[in-house]
Amino acid sequence: MTEKKLADWWDQTHDSLYAKLGGEAAVDAAVDIFYRKVLSDNRINRFFEGVDMDKQAAKQKSFLTMAFGGPHNYTGMDMRRGHAHLVKQGLNDSHFDAVMENLAATMKELNVPDDLIAQAAAIAESTRNDVLGR
Amino acid sequence: MTHIKYKTDSFPLGENQSVLDCLTGHGVPVPFSCRSGACQTCLMQATRGTPPEEAQRGLKDSLKLQNYFLACVCHPREDLEVALPSDDSQASVPATVRGLKLLNDEIMQVVLQPHAPIEYRPGQFINLFRTQALGRSYSIASVPEEDEDIHLHVRRLPQGRVSGWVHDELRTGKTVQVRGPAGDCFYVPGRAEQGLLLIGTGSGLAPLYGIIRDALRQGHSGPIRLFHGSRDRRGLYLMGELNDLVREYTNFDYVRCLSGPDVPHGYAGGRAHDVALQEQPDLKSWRIFLCGHPDMVNAAKRKAFLAGASMKDIYADAFNVSQST
Repeated sequence: MTEKKLADWWDQTHDSLYAKLGGEAAVDAAVDIFYRKVLSDNRINRFFEGVDMDKQAAKQKSFLTMAFGGPHNYTGMDMRRGHAHLVKQGLNDSHFDAVMENLAATMKELNVPDDLIAQAAAIAESTRNDVLGR
Repeated sequence: MTHIKYKTDSFPLGENQSVLDCLTGHGVPVPFSCRSGACQTCLMQATRGTPPEEAQRGLKDSLKLQNYFLACVCHPREDLEVALPSDDSQASVPATVRGLKLLNDEIMQVVLQPHAPIEYRPGQFINLFRTQALGRSYSIASVPEEDEDIHLHVRRLPQGRVSGWVHDELRTGKTVQVRGPAGDCFYVPGRAEQGLLLIGTGSGLAPLYGIIRDALRQGHSGPIRLFHGSRDRRGLYLMGELNDLVREYTNFDYVRCLSGPDVPHGYAGGRAHDVALQEQPDLKSWRIFLCGHPDMVNAAKRKAFLAGASMKDIYADAFNVSQST
């Protein structure tokens, strides 16, 4: 059994965070709310100036899928590469914190229980050093 | 065994293998990122065969209708012929110019009869060629069920090499080359009670005029609101036709917007997207169509999204002026 299949088997036999949150439907419900919060947040929205909004919305969906414990294939190296140009523009802990706040507020708005919000936050938090290129 | 055909090659699809893995394994440079169906980087189109539904999740309805799919989560059970969005797979077709008519000082309606049928949806665009290497994209204003020919609105641009040729040299009866259609800014049937908000500047009215008539023809019952903007009155056109539609359909209304200093009675003052958002500040569950100047399209897209429209319900066609000269 490959590593990927083992992970699938684990998810299918245990209630994963992703399943508890409602899987892809939950991500779909969250993505517009989350992206709207990010774009309205004056602490971080300058990093999204001039980007293609459709592509950006799809990236937000990838991020939420990962934070919700869903299937993804991102590595720490992907996170570093994907954010390197933003680190050059001054991306730092305060911006990462702002995104974490928006993530929690999105889930709160969707009436996700606190313990599941904490689990998703922990997954997102685990990418901090890679995102900030440390 | 299922085969995936790309250009002239046909590759056998391994068991449990995705179309992405199959193609990249044979050296086809398909871009990808998340490999889990979320990021849409590996977007492809099936030009023959139907992609499975699960490979289309999260795509805009107009992309689904054109058999676009995400290669990383595509496990087809039938053979597919596939193309990348960047592939220019269509051949050009000759078309006879059936008519030329100035719609205002700077916009020429070009009526084309292709020699082979072109299946299009109103709002998509085709490329019109002056020479083999010199062509420009123009949106389609006609509706195939209502209009015999293909109608384009060509605005004369300063030093426009194709638009200037259309205005000064093209004649009825001449044969030109066209290629297409392409584009995902069109009306998809369903959710007939949904509100439609359409905002256009200049010849951005062309695709919107096609989309509006297509939606009305298909029985769209929700409100359909058009905001057409220009600097002054000379830039507006089709006012008679649009006012006829207003009289004929109670769910359609039309606001003429002027961004210049002179705003006569019967016109709204301000840029089209500002006027639209003032009149329709809550866009939750609305479907939005934006066509025209790229600055307007980008600003309006952001405003419409922040006003509650879902990204999947925002269709946009930015006319890239710098490349269109």
